[in-house]
Amino acid sequence: MATAELTASDYIQHHLTNLTLGWLPDQGLVFAHDAEEAAAMGFWALHVDSLLWSIGLGVLFLIGFRKVAENVTAGVPGKAQNFIEWVIDFVNENVRGSFSAKNDMVAPLALTIFAWVFLMNLMDLVPVDLIPWAFGQFMGLFGADPHHVYMRVVPTTDPNITFGMALAVFFLVLYYSIKVKGVGGFVGELTLHPFGKFGLPANLILEGISLLSKPLSLSLRLFGNMYAGEMIFILVALMYGHNLVLDLGGGALQLAWAIFHILIITLQAFIFMVLTIVYLDMAHQTDH
Amino acid sequence: MNINLTLISQMIAFAVFVAFCMKYVWPPIMKALDERATKIAEGLAAAERGQQEQEIGRQKALEEMKAAKTKAADIVAQAQKRYNEVMDEAKRDAQGEAERIRTAAHAEIEQETNRAREELRERMATLAVAAAEKVLEKEVDASAHKALLDSFAKQL
Repeated sequence: MATAELTASDYIQHHLTNLTLGWLPDQGLVFAHDAEEAAAMGFWALHVDSLLWSIGLGVLFLIGFRKVAENVTAGVPGKAQNFIEWVIDFVNENVRGSFSAKNDMVAPLALTIFAWVFLMNLMDLVPVDLIPWAFGQFMGLFGADPHHVYMRVVPTTDPNITFGMALAVFFLVLYYSIKVKGVGGFVGELTLHPFGKFGLPANLILEGISLLSKPLSLSLRLFGNMYAGEMIFILVALMYGHNLVLDLGGGALQLAWAIFHILIITLQAFIFMVLTIVYLDMAHQTDH
Repeated sequence: MNINLTLISQMIAFAVFVAFCMKYVWPPIMKALDERATKIAEGLAAAERGQQEQEIGRQKALEEMKAAKTKAADIVAQAQKRYNEVMDEAKRDAQGEAERIRTAAHAEIEQETNRAREELRERMATLAVAAAEKVLEKEVDASAHKALLDSFAKQL
């Protein structure tokens, strides 16, 4: 909703700023009023919107699945159970296909990642202005200036969220690498391949990069895809409110992009899940 | 786009969600799926078994039927044999009886003939005496010539 007093770049900037809670030297614990203040808060700040949506959607997923799990029957399943079983079967199939070791944690982990990331991505299909505008109006009731109330509803467009998940997966990879192979085995894997012990520095650089690239690629792929997708929705939304032709064109574009985006949403959730399974499988492999 | 505490919060939330999912979501649903798989496998096995049993039952019935047929044939054959035996026996009895009756009849006829012959002889003797009387025109003393007459009668 590009209103008269907002320029296009203000509008985009507004959409890309998180609702940040943190300490400012002169104001104490406050919500940042603009991007500069948010940046000034440094590391000890929270993106309240990302976290609320992320945790809210995670809880939604767990409640939904838990409800079915409580009343689960081995007999004829109901509609909800059918759907949940379909999802679980899909995840289980992928885990069995890619993960050869024995670990009871991997399948629930994969399910959590798939369902959660999917739900977070799905927020991208909510019209970009709807929730931020409603939230701004709502906060306006309490005397806040709607132009300085921020709300980003797609958690996966926040690198904190994607890096958080990728780092958790990375720590799991490190944990299982050391648990399965021992410290010596893990260090050996990093230093003795592919050139043997005389090429140790080169090995360390190569293997170190390949190890560190795992969380980076995992998080940046998801973040990049969702960020770009959101950006296009924002740009399309800029077309509204000028004249009829632009309105109709924008509507058509938004619809087309939303339909295409359904594919990206699902695909990114799936890729995040499969890569996690593959990385953990590699962590469990003893023969390199 | 600042990296801040959100990242660590997200990691903690992630860990909690995975733990919850691992404890309260995945196992019960997986258990139900496994149970259903077992149930279906059992059902299929039972169906298979039922079919086999039916086949066995059919074979058994066929065998039973065959045995019954054989037995029936045996019984008929035996009856035939017995019938023949009875017939033979009856025939033999009848022949024996007939023989006996014939013998008896023969004996009776013989007897009758003998008696008739005796009577005839006596009649002839009387007739001869009467004829002699007539020839002699005189009464023959029967007692005086009895011996003569008897020997005469015997020659008849």
